[in-house]
Amino acid sequence: MNDKPEKFIDNNGLRLDGRKADQIRDIKIEVGVLSRADGSCYLEMGNNKIIAAVYGPREVHPRHQQKSNKAIVRYKYNMASFSVEDRKRPGPDRRSIEVSKVSREALEDMIFTEYFPKSAIDIFVEVLQADAGTRTAALNAASVALADAGIPMRGLVSACAVGKVDETLVVDLNKDEDNYGQADMPIAMTPDGKITLLQMDGNFTLGQFKQGLEMAQEGCRQVYEFQRKALLDYYAKKEETEEIAVVEEVLQEEAPEEVVEESVPEEIEEDEEVKAAEAESDQEIEEESIETNETSDLTEEEATETEEPEDEEEDESTIDEFDEEKEVS
Amino acid sequence: MNQEIVSIIQKDYLYNLMLKGERLDGRGFEETREIKIETGIIQKAEGSARIELGNTKIIAGVKIQPGTPFPDSPDKGVIITSLELIPLASPEFESGPPRENAVELARVVDRGVRESGAIDLSKLCIREGEKVWMVFIDVHVLDDGGNIMDAAALGAIAALLTAKIPGARYGEGEDIPLPIRDIPISVTAVDIAGGIVFDPSLEEERAANCKLTVITNQESAISGMQKSGNGSLTTDQINHIVEVAAKKAQEIREKFLEI
Repeated sequence: MNDKPEKFIDNNGLRLDGRKADQIRDIKIEVGVLSRADGSCYLEMGNNKIIAAVYGPREVHPRHQQKSNKAIVRYKYNMASFSVEDRKRPGPDRRSIEVSKVSREALEDMIFTEYFPKSAIDIFVEVLQADAGTRTAALNAASVALADAGIPMRGLVSACAVGKVDETLVVDLNKDEDNYGQADMPIAMTPDGKITLLQMDGNFTLGQFKQGLEMAQEGCRQVYEFQRKALLDYYAKKEETEEIAVVEEVLQEEAPEEVVEESVPEEIEEDEEVKAAEAESDQEIEEESIETNETSDLTEEEATETEEPEDEEEDESTIDEFDEEKEVS
Repeated sequence: MNQEIVSIIQKDYLYNLMLKGERLDGRGFEETREIKIETGIIQKAEGSARIELGNTKIIAGVKIQPGTPFPDSPDKGVIITSLELIPLASPEFESGPPRENAVELARVVDRGVRESGAIDLSKLCIREGEKVWMVFIDVHVLDDGGNIMDAAALGAIAALLTAKIPGARYGEGEDIPLPIRDIPISVTAVDIAGGIVFDPSLEEERAANCKLTVITNQESAISGMQKSGNGSLTTDQINHIVEVAAKKAQEIREKFLEI
């Protein structure tokens, strides 16, 4: 356990970790880090390490939760038991229930939920290492993961906290400033400056509050640039590698186009039939027929060939969605 | 389902009223409902209060008993706040462990009491590291007429103000009043289609986009805040709510000085 530092701000006006009062911690964002999730993001903000995944829009379970006119949004904030100094009991506690609620409410209005009636958009955030400001870092990660999942949004939500130490307002509190500071106010903001999350505890005068809110908003703007850049970089790279892949394929396959076009649908049909037959035959007779095995091997090869262009189409469509959503924001 | 349909119609109606500068129950935008405070209603509890805020009725009880302190604050008492939305208060409440609404309300009430320093926790130490007084604040909502948040916060502080530490019962000295240093007051406002109204009724709460609770202390400094509900607020709206809330809280606090 650390003890309370004597002074939070040194004579040069710098904080314990060398930051200026209005300086946020270093941010590192990686997009698309998980293979199974529809969208994901790994984010480091100072010593916070957060991973976020988005699933959906998908079927709602339990079914009675579904809404006939829009998607429901669920947000689950969870702290790993090893993320803090004293082991945290695993599972939801009152704090994480509250954080999940306010975070969901910070995001829900930014999502075009009306596009996906009767479905659910699930956001899971795991705090791997906690170092003050986990709910804001988690929101930043969740927001990027939503964009990565291609979910249409009105804009990215960015979050940042402001607090008070030694009667001085500072943004993006670190652990000591959070533990021993005089106030803490996490906020989340849309790109057009509207506040979607606001919590506060401690002691702020009216003047300090107003100044603090402005500082936190400026912090959010800085975070937003990082989020935007991470997404743009990731998708620019993805697009580039895909273009190269397409060109290479065309060069390799210099075959007449008509043949390819004709053969594709047929192969798919055949493939499905053979697969079904294969499944049956597998169950019935394991030893039998080298012939069918051979044919199924062949079709598997063909299948992988035909699947590739499909995948690309899907990826491109998510990129389109992503672009649209940026235009909106 | 029904609830939602009604609230869309009601939202239109409330919105049109607001354009004319009116509210459903005829109040001004910043006007709060009448507050009735009754204390000492449960003899078995160390402190208790019944609050009526318009149609909203809550009852708050404070129990105080010795217990072990937290390792990181061995010389300080402990506050534990919980709130139950019991099914007799509304057809929408279900029995069972507290859901996220109840948890959020309890945590905001707790924040107000804790962060304003209302209870002098250092005076609740019996033997350092071994035994301290634990203060349990329990709020039961009896009737949901809207704005449970403010009613619950009022109930908590009213019950605390009248609470006594039961020293004699536990052989730890005499009964003394719980040392209270501040009176935090929670004031909540909602945004209905861009207009801000304070102390929302149930209908207003349902029609609202989102809600902001501001808890201020005796010096009109802010001790706690919570935005709740989907939707967003502009900086101007927030600043307006904070300013009015601080002013309203002073008016409400005067009522408490009579206790």
